[in-house]
Amino acid sequence: MQLSSKLKHNLFLLLLVFLLIPGRVAAGEVDVKEIVFEHLGDSYEWHMTQWGEKEFVIHLPVIVKGKEKGWHIFSSARLAHGAEYEGFHIASEGEYKGKVVEINPAGDKVRPSLDISLTKNALALWINCIVLLCLILPLVNWYKKSTHTPPSGWKGAVEILMINIRDEVIKPCIGEDYKRFTPYLLTVFFFIFINNIMGLIPFFPGGANVTGNIAITLVLALCTFLAVNLTGTKEYWKEIFWPEVPVWLKLPAPIMPVIEIFGVFTKPFALMIRLFANIMAGHSVILGLICLIFITVSMGAAINTGMSILAVLFSVFMNFVEILVAYIQAYVFTLLSAVFIGLSKVKQETH
Amino acid sequence: MSLLIPDSGLLFWMTLSFGIVFFILAKFAFPVILKAVDQRNAYIKDSLQSAHEAEEKLAALHLQAEAILEKAQDERKTILHEAQETKKRIESEALQTAETEARMRLERAMAEIEESKRKALVEVRDQIVDISVKIAGKVVSEDLTRDKKQKELIDRLLQEEIIYKS
Repeated sequence: MQLSSKLKHNLFLLLLVFLLIPGRVAAGEVDVKEIVFEHLGDSYEWHMTQWGEKEFVIHLPVIVKGKEKGWHIFSSARLAHGAEYEGFHIASEGEYKGKVVEINPAGDKVRPSLDISLTKNALALWINCIVLLCLILPLVNWYKKSTHTPPSGWKGAVEILMINIRDEVIKPCIGEDYKRFTPYLLTVFFFIFINNIMGLIPFFPGGANVTGNIAITLVLALCTFLAVNLTGTKEYWKEIFWPEVPVWLKLPAPIMPVIEIFGVFTKPFALMIRLFANIMAGHSVILGLICLIFITVSMGAAINTGMSILAVLFSVFMNFVEILVAYIQAYVFTLLSAVFIGLSKVKQETH
Repeated sequence: MSLLIPDSGLLFWMTLSFGIVFFILAKFAFPVILKAVDQRNAYIKDSLQSAHEAEEKLAALHLQAEAILEKAQDERKTILHEAQETKKRIESEALQTAETEARMRLERAMAEIEESKRKALVEVRDQIVDISVKIAGKVVSEDLTRDKKQKELIDRLLQEEIIYKS
Protein backbone atom coordinates (compact mmCIF):
# COMPACT_ATOMS: atom_id res chain seq x y z
CA MET A 1 0.00 0.00 0.00
CA GLN A 2 2.73 2.39 1.02
CA LEU A 3 4.83 1.33 -1.89
CA SER A 4 2.07 1.89 -4.35
CA SER A 5 1.34 5.34 -2.96
CA LYS A 6 5.01 6.16 -3.28
CA LEU A 7 4.98 4.92 -6.81
CA LYS A 8 2.02 7.12 -7.48
CA HIS A 9 3.91 10.00 -6.02
CA ASN A 10 6.85 9.39 -8.26
CA LEU A 11 4.47 9.19 -11.13
CA PHE A 12 3.17 12.58 -10.17
CA LEU A 13 6.66 13.93 -10.15
CA LEU A 14 7.41 12.46 -13.53
CA LEU A 15 4.25 14.02 -14.80
CA LEU A 16 5.37 17.30 -13.33
CA VAL A 17 8.59 16.90 -15.23
CA PHE A 18 6.78 16.28 -18.47
CA LEU A 19 4.33 19.02 -17.85
CA LEU A 20 6.66 21.84 -17.14
CA ILE A 21 9.94 21.26 -18.78
CA PRO A 22 9.97 19.50 -22.18
CA GLY A 23 9.46 22.60 -24.27
CA ARG A 24 12.51 24.20 -22.86
CA VAL A 25 14.68 21.14 -23.05
CA ALA A 26 14.04 21.04 -26.75
CA ALA A 27 15.25 24.61 -26.95
CA GLY A 28 18.55 23.55 -25.41
CA GLU A 29 19.35 25.91 -22.57
CA VAL A 30 17.47 25.50 -19.31
CA ASP A 31 16.73 28.77 -17.62
CA VAL A 32 15.88 27.58 -14.11
CA LYS A 33 15.17 31.04 -12.82
CA GLU A 34 12.65 31.71 -15.53
CA ILE A 35 10.95 28.35 -15.10
CA VAL A 36 10.62 28.81 -11.37
CA PHE A 37 9.52 32.42 -11.58
CA GLU A 38 7.07 31.72 -14.32
CA HIS A 39 5.51 29.04 -12.16
CA LEU A 40 5.46 31.16 -9.03
CA GLY A 41 3.94 34.11 -10.83
CA ASP A 42 0.65 34.39 -12.57
CA SER A 43 -0.24 34.11 -16.24
CA TYR A 44 -3.12 34.76 -18.59
CA GLU A 45 -3.18 31.19 -19.84
CA TRP A 46 -2.88 27.82 -18.19
CA HIS A 47 -0.06 26.02 -19.89
CA MET A 48 -0.60 22.35 -19.14
CA THR A 49 1.86 20.50 -21.32
CA GLN A 50 3.53 20.35 -24.66
CA TRP A 51 3.54 17.20 -26.72
CA GLY A 52 5.96 17.54 -29.58
CA GLU A 53 4.85 20.64 -31.38
CA LYS A 54 1.37 20.60 -29.95
CA GLU A 55 0.78 22.73 -26.88
CA PHE A 56 -1.99 22.07 -24.45
CA VAL A 57 -3.03 25.43 -23.14
CA ILE A 58 -6.19 26.75 -21.58
CA HIS A 59 -6.64 30.31 -22.77
CA LEU A 60 -8.30 32.29 -20.04
CA PRO A 61 -10.36 35.42 -20.47
CA VAL A 62 -8.63 38.77 -20.24
CA ILE A 63 -10.84 41.37 -18.61
CA VAL A 64 -9.35 44.85 -18.69
CA LYS A 65 -10.51 48.39 -18.54
CA GLY A 66 -8.27 50.47 -20.72
CA LYS A 67 -7.33 53.98 -19.74
CA GLU A 68 -9.27 55.41 -22.65
CA LYS A 69 -10.74 52.48 -24.48
CA GLY A 70 -13.06 51.26 -21.75
CA TRP A 71 -13.88 47.64 -20.89
CA HIS A 72 -12.52 44.81 -22.98
CA ILE A 73 -13.10 41.10 -22.56
CA PHE A 74 -11.32 38.72 -24.89
CA SER A 75 -9.50 35.40 -24.86
CA SER A 76 -5.84 35.43 -24.00
CA ALA A 77 -5.30 33.35 -27.14
CA ARG A 78 -5.36 36.64 -29.02
CA LEU A 79 -2.32 37.80 -27.08
CA ALA A 80 -0.37 34.56 -27.44
CA HIS A 81 3.25 34.80 -28.60
CA GLY A 82 3.39 38.57 -28.20
CA ALA A 83 0.43 39.33 -30.48
CA GLU A 84 -1.41 42.60 -30.07
CA TYR A 85 -5.17 42.91 -29.80
CA GLU A 86 -7.10 46.15 -29.63
CA GLY A 87 -4.00 47.94 -28.46
CA PHE A 88 -3.29 45.46 -25.67
CA HIS A 89 -0.38 43.06 -25.50
CA ILE A 90 1.57 41.13 -22.90
CA ALA A 91 4.81 42.87 -22.01
CA SER A 92 7.79 40.63 -22.62
CA GLU A 93 10.16 42.70 -20.49
CA GLY A 94 10.39 45.71 -18.30
CA GLU A 95 8.46 46.67 -15.22
CA TYR A 96 5.24 44.96 -16.31
CA LYS A 97 6.79 41.79 -17.67
CA GLY A 98 4.13 39.13 -18.20
CA LYS A 99 1.25 41.54 -17.66
CA VAL A 100 -1.21 42.98 -20.14
CA VAL A 101 -0.19 46.52 -21.08
CA GLU A 102 -1.53 49.14 -23.42
CA ILE A 103 0.26 51.94 -25.17
CA ASN A 104 -0.93 55.36 -24.14
CA PRO A 105 -1.09 58.32 -26.51
CA ALA A 106 2.35 59.43 -25.37
CA GLY A 107 3.74 56.14 -26.64
CA ASP A 108 4.55 54.65 -23.23
CA LYS A 109 3.59 51.19 -22.10
CA VAL A 110 1.14 51.49 -19.22
CA ARG A 111 -1.03 49.09 -17.31
CA PRO A 112 -4.75 49.32 -18.02
CA SER A 113 -6.57 51.16 -15.24
CA LEU A 114 -8.20 47.90 -14.21
CA ASP A 115 -7.09 44.36 -14.95
CA ILE A 116 -9.37 41.76 -13.46
CA SER A 117 -8.52 39.03 -15.95
CA LEU A 118 -9.38 35.53 -14.88
CA THR A 119 -5.76 34.48 -14.67
CA LYS A 120 -4.34 31.05 -13.89
CA ASN A 121 -4.31 31.76 -10.18
CA ALA A 122 -7.80 33.21 -10.27
CA LEU A 123 -9.14 30.15 -12.04
CA ALA A 124 -7.26 27.85 -9.66
CA LEU A 125 -8.74 29.85 -6.81
CA TRP A 126 -12.26 29.21 -8.07
CA ILE A 127 -11.56 25.53 -8.66
CA ASN A 128 -10.16 25.21 -5.14
CA CYS A 129 -13.18 27.02 -3.74
CA ILE A 130 -15.44 24.52 -5.45
CA VAL A 131 -13.34 21.64 -4.13
CA LEU A 132 -13.60 23.16 -0.68
CA LEU A 133 -17.37 23.49 -0.91
CA CYS A 134 -17.61 19.92 -2.23
CA LEU A 135 -15.66 18.76 0.80
CA ILE A 136 -17.69 20.53 3.43
CA LEU A 137 -21.24 20.81 2.13
CA PRO A 138 -21.83 17.01 2.01
CA LEU A 139 -21.34 17.01 5.77
CA VAL A 140 -24.30 19.35 6.08
CA ASN A 141 -26.44 16.89 4.14
CA TRP A 142 -25.15 14.08 6.27
CA TYR A 143 -26.17 15.80 9.45
CA LYS A 144 -29.53 16.75 8.06
CA LYS A 145 -30.22 13.04 7.61
CA SER A 146 -28.71 11.52 10.71
CA THR A 147 -27.74 13.39 13.81
CA HIS A 148 -26.43 10.62 15.98
CA THR A 149 -24.24 8.65 13.59
CA PRO A 150 -20.82 10.09 12.89
CA PRO A 151 -19.80 10.21 9.23
CA SER A 152 -17.14 7.83 7.98
CA GLY A 153 -14.45 8.10 5.32
CA TRP A 154 -13.31 11.49 4.10
CA LYS A 155 -16.34 13.17 5.62
CA GLY A 156 -15.18 11.90 8.97
CA ALA A 157 -11.70 13.23 8.28
CA VAL A 158 -13.08 16.67 7.44
CA GLU A 159 -15.15 16.60 10.58
CA ILE A 160 -12.18 15.58 12.72
CA LEU A 161 -10.13 18.46 11.33
CA MET A 162 -13.00 20.84 11.92
CA ILE A 163 -13.63 19.76 15.49
CA ASN A 164 -9.95 19.63 16.25
CA ILE A 165 -9.40 23.20 15.06
CA ARG A 166 -12.43 24.42 16.95
CA ASP A 167 -11.68 22.66 20.22
CA GLU A 168 -7.89 22.87 20.29
CA VAL A 169 -7.29 26.22 18.60
CA ILE A 170 -10.29 28.50 18.47
CA LYS A 171 -11.82 27.76 21.87
CA PRO A 172 -8.68 28.11 24.01
CA CYS A 173 -7.30 31.10 22.06
CA ILE A 174 -10.38 33.28 21.94
CA GLY A 175 -12.15 32.27 25.10
CA GLU A 176 -15.82 32.62 25.81
CA ASP A 177 -16.66 34.71 22.74
CA TYR A 178 -15.30 32.06 20.38
CA LYS A 179 -18.59 31.17 18.69
CA ARG A 180 -18.70 34.44 16.79
CA PHE A 181 -15.38 33.79 15.11
CA THR A 182 -15.54 30.05 14.59
CA PRO A 183 -17.04 30.20 11.06
CA TYR A 184 -14.45 32.71 9.89
CA LEU A 185 -11.48 30.86 11.37
CA LEU A 186 -12.66 27.50 10.11
CA THR A 187 -13.17 28.95 6.65
CA VAL A 188 -9.65 30.37 6.76
CA PHE A 189 -8.20 27.06 7.85
CA PHE A 190 -9.89 24.95 5.22
CA PHE A 191 -9.39 27.55 2.54
CA ILE A 192 -5.65 27.70 3.10
CA PHE A 193 -5.33 23.95 3.59
CA ILE A 194 -7.17 23.08 0.38
CA ASN A 195 -5.27 25.66 -1.61
CA ASN A 196 -1.96 24.41 -0.25
CA ILE A 197 -2.78 20.80 -1.02
CA MET A 198 -4.14 21.55 -4.46
CA GLY A 199 -0.94 23.44 -5.18
CA LEU A 200 1.02 20.25 -4.61
CA ILE A 201 -0.84 18.33 -7.32
CA PRO A 202 1.35 18.84 -10.32
CA PHE A 203 -1.24 18.83 -13.10
CA PHE A 204 -4.26 20.69 -14.28
CA PRO A 205 -6.80 21.36 -11.61
CA GLY A 206 -3.98 21.77 -9.13
CA GLY A 207 -0.42 22.93 -9.35
CA ALA A 208 -1.09 26.63 -9.24
CA ASN A 209 0.84 28.63 -6.69
CA VAL A 210 -2.25 30.14 -5.11
CA THR A 211 -1.38 30.50 -1.43
CA GLY A 212 2.16 31.36 -2.49
CA ASN A 213 0.78 34.50 -4.06
CA ILE A 214 0.91 37.62 -1.96
CA ALA A 215 -2.44 38.93 -3.18
CA ILE A 216 -4.17 35.89 -1.70
CA THR A 217 -2.40 36.06 1.64
CA LEU A 218 -2.95 39.83 1.71
CA VAL A 219 -6.71 39.39 1.55
CA LEU A 220 -6.61 36.69 4.21
CA ALA A 221 -4.45 38.79 6.51
CA LEU A 222 -6.68 41.78 5.91
CA CYS A 223 -9.72 39.76 6.96
CA THR A 224 -7.97 38.79 10.17
CA PHE A 225 -6.94 42.41 10.67
CA LEU A 226 -10.55 43.49 10.36
CA ALA A 227 -11.77 40.68 12.60
CA VAL A 228 -9.26 41.69 15.26
CA ASN A 229 -9.73 45.43 15.18
CA LEU A 230 -13.42 45.81 14.43
CA THR A 231 -14.35 43.63 17.39
CA GLY A 232 -11.68 44.87 19.80
CA THR A 233 -12.85 45.73 23.28
CA LYS A 234 -12.41 49.10 24.98
CA GLU A 235 -9.64 47.60 27.03
CA TYR A 236 -7.81 46.54 23.86
CA TRP A 237 -7.81 50.08 22.49
CA LYS A 238 -6.85 51.50 25.84
CA GLU A 239 -3.84 49.19 25.93
CA ILE A 240 -2.81 50.50 22.55
CA PHE A 241 -3.21 54.24 23.16
CA TRP A 242 -2.64 54.41 26.90
CA PRO A 243 -0.80 51.23 27.94
CA GLU A 244 0.09 50.64 31.55
CA VAL A 245 3.68 51.84 31.46
CA PRO A 246 5.49 54.73 33.18
CA VAL A 247 4.04 58.04 32.07
CA TRP A 248 7.27 59.33 30.47
CA LEU A 249 6.91 56.56 27.87
CA LYS A 250 3.57 58.05 26.84
CA LEU A 251 4.05 61.81 27.35
CA PRO A 252 5.22 64.04 25.84
CA ALA A 253 6.52 61.69 23.14
CA PRO A 254 4.03 58.80 22.68
CA ILE A 255 6.68 56.10 22.32
CA MET A 256 4.63 53.18 23.55
CA PRO A 257 1.43 54.07 21.66
CA VAL A 258 3.44 54.33 18.46
CA ILE A 259 4.98 50.93 19.06
CA GLU A 260 1.58 49.48 19.89
CA ILE A 261 -0.04 50.95 16.76
CA PHE A 262 2.87 49.62 14.75
CA GLY A 263 2.18 46.22 16.30
CA VAL A 264 -1.43 46.35 15.19
CA PHE A 265 -0.24 46.33 11.60
CA THR A 266 2.79 44.07 11.90
CA LYS A 267 0.74 41.19 13.25
CA PRO A 268 -1.37 40.65 10.12
CA PHE A 269 1.60 41.60 7.99
CA ALA A 270 3.58 38.75 9.52
CA LEU A 271 0.65 36.45 8.80
CA MET A 272 0.64 37.51 5.18
CA ILE A 273 4.38 37.10 4.66
CA ARG A 274 4.64 33.81 6.56
CA LEU A 275 2.09 31.95 4.49
CA PHE A 276 3.22 33.48 1.23
CA ALA A 277 6.91 32.77 1.83
CA ASN A 278 6.40 29.22 3.07
CA ILE A 279 4.32 28.07 0.15
CA MET A 280 6.34 29.93 -2.42
CA ALA A 281 9.57 28.49 -1.05
CA GLY A 282 8.14 24.97 -1.13
CA HIS A 283 7.15 25.31 -4.76
CA SER A 284 10.53 26.82 -5.62
CA VAL A 285 12.49 24.02 -3.99
CA ILE A 286 10.53 21.27 -5.71
CA LEU A 287 10.80 23.00 -9.07
CA GLY A 288 14.49 23.60 -8.56
CA LEU A 289 15.05 19.92 -7.77
CA ILE A 290 13.18 18.86 -10.88
CA CYS A 291 15.16 21.35 -12.94
CA LEU A 292 18.35 19.64 -11.75
CA ILE A 293 17.50 16.76 -14.06
CA PHE A 294 17.42 19.02 -17.07
CA ILE A 295 20.42 21.09 -16.14
CA THR A 296 22.57 17.97 -15.95
CA VAL A 297 21.48 16.68 -19.35
CA SER A 298 24.49 18.32 -20.94
CA MET A 299 26.90 16.78 -18.42
CA GLY A 300 26.75 13.26 -19.77
CA ALA A 301 24.49 10.26 -19.20
CA ALA A 302 26.10 9.05 -15.96
CA ILE A 303 25.85 12.35 -14.09
CA ASN A 304 22.42 12.96 -15.55
CA THR A 305 21.12 9.58 -14.39
CA GLY A 306 22.62 9.99 -10.95
CA MET A 307 21.27 13.46 -10.55
CA SER A 308 17.88 12.41 -11.86
CA ILE A 309 17.57 9.70 -9.23
CA LEU A 310 18.76 12.07 -6.55
CA ALA A 311 16.41 14.80 -7.72
CA VAL A 312 13.42 12.46 -7.75
CA LEU A 313 14.27 11.14 -4.29
CA PHE A 314 14.66 14.65 -2.93
CA SER A 315 11.44 15.74 -4.61
CA VAL A 316 9.58 12.85 -3.03
CA PHE A 317 10.96 13.89 0.30
CA MET A 318 10.13 17.53 -0.34
CA ASN A 319 6.61 16.66 -1.38
CA PHE A 320 6.08 14.84 1.89
CA VAL A 321 7.45 17.82 3.73
CA GLU A 322 5.18 20.08 1.72
CA ILE A 323 2.12 18.05 2.67
CA LEU A 324 3.12 18.62 6.25
CA VAL A 325 3.75 22.30 5.57
CA ALA A 326 0.36 22.58 3.85
CA TYR A 327 -1.28 21.56 7.08
CA ILE A 328 1.05 23.39 9.42
CA GLN A 329 0.74 26.70 7.61
CA ALA A 330 -3.04 26.51 7.53
CA TYR A 331 -2.95 25.61 11.21
CA VAL A 332 -0.52 28.38 12.12
CA PHE A 333 -2.49 31.02 10.22
CA THR A 334 -5.67 29.95 11.99
CA LEU A 335 -3.93 29.69 15.35
CA LEU A 336 -2.34 33.13 15.14
CA SER A 337 -5.54 34.71 13.85
CA ALA A 338 -7.34 33.18 16.82
CA VAL A 339 -4.64 34.40 19.19
CA PHE A 340 -4.82 37.94 17.80
CA ILE A 341 -8.59 37.94 18.01
CA GLY A 342 -8.32 36.61 21.54
CA LEU A 343 -5.88 39.38 22.45
CA SER A 344 -8.34 42.00 21.26
CA LYS A 345 -10.93 40.57 23.62
CA VAL A 346 -9.10 41.57 26.80
CA LYS A 347 -11.32 42.57 29.67
CA GLN A 348 -10.57 44.83 32.59
CA GLU A 349 -8.05 42.83 34.54
CA THR A 350 -7.57 42.95 38.26
CA HIS A 351 -3.86 43.28 38.83
CA MET B 1 10.27 41.58 -7.36
CA SER B 2 6.86 41.39 -8.97
CA LEU B 3 6.18 38.46 -6.64
CA LEU B 4 5.93 40.83 -3.69
CA ILE B 5 3.47 43.20 -5.32
CA PRO B 6 -0.13 42.06 -4.99
CA ASP B 7 -1.88 42.01 -8.30
CA SER B 8 -5.09 44.04 -8.33
CA GLY B 9 -6.96 41.53 -10.52
CA LEU B 10 -6.12 38.66 -8.21
CA LEU B 11 -7.04 40.77 -5.21
CA PHE B 12 -10.44 41.28 -6.76
CA TRP B 13 -10.98 37.59 -7.51
CA MET B 14 -9.66 36.56 -4.12
CA THR B 15 -11.94 38.96 -2.28
CA LEU B 16 -14.89 37.80 -4.33
CA SER B 17 -14.25 34.06 -4.09
CA PHE B 18 -13.21 34.09 -0.46
CA GLY B 19 -16.20 36.25 0.35
CA ILE B 20 -18.59 33.88 -1.37
CA VAL B 21 -17.02 30.80 0.19
CA PHE B 22 -17.03 32.43 3.59
CA PHE B 23 -20.65 33.46 3.19
CA ILE B 24 -21.79 29.97 2.14
CA LEU B 25 -19.77 28.12 4.75
CA ALA B 26 -20.49 30.51 7.59
CA LYS B 27 -24.19 30.67 6.85
CA PHE B 28 -25.08 27.17 5.76
CA ALA B 29 -22.29 24.79 6.68
CA PHE B 30 -20.33 25.36 9.86
CA PRO B 31 -23.18 26.30 12.21
CA VAL B 32 -25.21 23.27 11.08
CA ILE B 33 -22.30 20.86 11.31
CA LEU B 34 -20.96 22.15 14.59
CA LYS B 35 -24.41 22.18 16.13
CA ALA B 36 -25.01 18.61 15.00
CA VAL B 37 -21.64 17.53 16.34
CA ASP B 38 -22.32 19.20 19.66
CA GLN B 39 -25.71 17.55 19.84
CA ARG B 40 -24.13 14.22 19.06
CA ASN B 41 -21.48 14.78 21.71
CA ALA B 42 -24.14 15.63 24.23
CA TYR B 43 -26.08 12.55 23.20
CA ILE B 44 -23.03 10.34 23.57
CA LYS B 45 -22.23 11.91 26.91
CA ASP B 46 -25.77 11.33 28.12
CA SER B 47 -25.74 7.77 26.86
CA LEU B 48 -22.45 7.11 28.58
CA GLN B 49 -23.77 8.61 31.77
CA SER B 50 -26.92 6.54 31.73
CA ALA B 51 -24.89 3.46 30.87
CA HIS B 52 -22.66 4.23 33.78
CA GLU B 53 -25.62 4.67 36.05
CA ALA B 54 -27.16 1.45 34.85
CA GLU B 55 -23.88 -0.28 35.50
CA GLU B 56 -23.78 1.09 39.00
CA LYS B 57 -27.34 0.01 39.59
CA LEU B 58 -26.49 -3.41 38.28
CA ALA B 59 -23.50 -3.60 40.55
CA ALA B 60 -25.68 -2.62 43.51
CA LEU B 61 -28.19 -5.27 42.51
CA HIS B 62 -25.37 -7.77 42.28
CA LEU B 63 -24.31 -6.89 45.77
CA GLN B 64 -27.85 -7.22 46.99
CA ALA B 65 -28.22 -10.56 45.27
CA GLU B 66 -25.01 -11.76 46.79
CA ALA B 67 -26.15 -10.66 50.21
CA ILE B 68 -29.41 -12.49 49.75
CA LEU B 69 -27.57 -15.56 48.57
CA GLU B 70 -25.26 -15.45 51.52
CA LYS B 71 -28.17 -15.09 53.87
CA ALA B 72 -29.90 -18.01 52.21
CA GLN B 73 -26.79 -20.08 52.52
CA ASP B 74 -26.52 -19.21 56.18
CA GLU B 75 -30.11 -20.13 56.67
CA ARG B 76 -29.61 -23.37 54.87
CA LYS B 77 -26.68 -24.14 57.09
CA THR B 78 -28.71 -23.44 60.21
CA ILE B 79 -31.59 -25.49 58.94
CA LEU B 80 -29.33 -28.37 58.08
CA HIS B 81 -27.68 -28.10 61.43
CA GLU B 82 -30.99 -28.10 63.18
CA ALA B 83 -32.17 -31.02 61.13
CA GLN B 84 -29.06 -32.91 62.02
CA GLU B 85 -29.62 -32.23 65.67
CA THR B 86 -33.23 -33.24 65.49
CA LYS B 87 -32.20 -36.38 63.73
CA LYS B 88 -29.66 -37.19 66.38
CA ARG B 89 -32.14 -36.46 69.08
CA ILE B 90 -34.81 -38.58 67.52
CA GLU B 91 -32.32 -41.36 67.00
CA SER B 92 -31.10 -41.29 70.52
CA GLU B 93 -34.63 -41.07 71.78
CA ALA B 94 -35.65 -44.00 69.64
CA LEU B 95 -32.68 -45.92 70.85
CA GLN B 96 -33.53 -45.17 74.42
CA THR B 97 -37.12 -46.14 73.95
CA ALA B 98 -36.09 -49.31 72.24
CA GLU B 99 -33.68 -50.14 74.99
CA THR B 100 -36.24 -49.47 77.66
CA GLU B 101 -38.77 -51.54 75.78
CA ALA B 102 -36.34 -54.36 75.35
CA ARG B 103 -35.37 -54.26 78.93
CA MET B 104 -38.97 -54.16 80.01
CA ARG B 105 -39.80 -57.06 77.78
CA LEU B 106 -36.87 -58.97 79.06
CA GLU B 107 -37.87 -58.24 82.57
CA ARG B 108 -41.40 -59.26 81.84
CA ALA B 109 -40.21 -62.46 80.19
CA MET B 110 -37.95 -63.12 83.10
CA ALA B 111 -40.82 -62.55 85.44
CA GLU B 112 -43.02 -64.84 83.44
CA ILE B 113 -40.29 -67.43 83.36
CA GLU B 114 -39.88 -67.01 87.08
CA GLU B 115 -43.62 -67.33 87.51
CA SER B 116 -43.87 -70.39 85.31
CA LYS B 117 -40.93 -71.91 87.08
CA ARG B 118 -42.53 -71.24 90.39
CA LYS B 119 -45.86 -72.61 89.16
CA ALA B 120 -44.12 -75.62 87.68
CA LEU B 121 -42.26 -76.20 90.90
CA VAL B 122 -45.50 -75.90 92.83
CA GLU B 123 -47.16 -78.34 90.46
CA VAL B 124 -44.23 -80.69 90.52
CA ARG B 125 -44.28 -80.58 94.26
CA ASP B 126 -48.03 -81.16 94.29
CA GLN B 127 -47.73 -84.05 91.93
CA ILE B 128 -44.78 -85.46 93.73
CA VAL B 129 -46.94 -85.29 96.83
CA ASP B 130 -49.84 -86.89 94.93
CA ILE B 131 -47.61 -89.55 93.44
CA SER B 132 -45.97 -90.19 96.72
CA VAL B 133 -49.34 -90.48 98.40
CA LYS B 134 -50.60 -92.81 95.65
CA ILE B 135 -47.44 -94.87 95.63
CA ALA B 136 -47.47 -95.03 99.34
CA GLY B 137 -51.09 -96.13 99.25
CA LYS B 138 -50.42 -98.77 96.71
CA VAL B 139 -47.25 -99.92 98.48
CA VAL B 140 -49.19 -100.16 101.65
CA SER B 141 -52.03 -102.02 100.01
CA GLU B 142 -49.70 -104.44 98.16
CA ASP B 143 -48.22 -107.43 99.63
CA LEU B 144 -44.73 -106.33 100.39
CA THR B 145 -43.02 -109.64 100.70
CA ARG B 146 -40.31 -109.56 98.30
CA ASP B 147 -37.84 -106.72 97.97
CA LYS B 148 -37.41 -107.39 94.35
CA LYS B 149 -41.07 -107.36 93.74
CA GLN B 150 -41.37 -104.20 95.73
CA LYS B 151 -38.80 -102.46 93.73
CA GLU B 152 -40.32 -103.52 90.47
CA LEU B 153 -43.66 -102.38 91.70
CA ILE B 154 -42.35 -98.93 92.61
CA ASP B 155 -40.69 -98.65 89.20
CA ARG B 156 -43.84 -99.69 87.39
CA LEU B 157 -45.94 -97.33 89.39
CA LEU B 158 -43.56 -94.50 88.85
CA GLN B 159 -43.52 -95.26 85.14
CA GLU B 160 -47.24 -95.39 85.02
CA GLU B 161 -47.50 -92.13 86.87
CA ILE B 162 -45.08 -90.39 84.52
CA ILE B 163 -46.76 -91.77 81.41
CA TYR B 164 -50.11 -90.94 82.82
CA LYS B 165 -48.93 -87.51 83.71
CA SER B 166 -47.43 -86.85 80.33
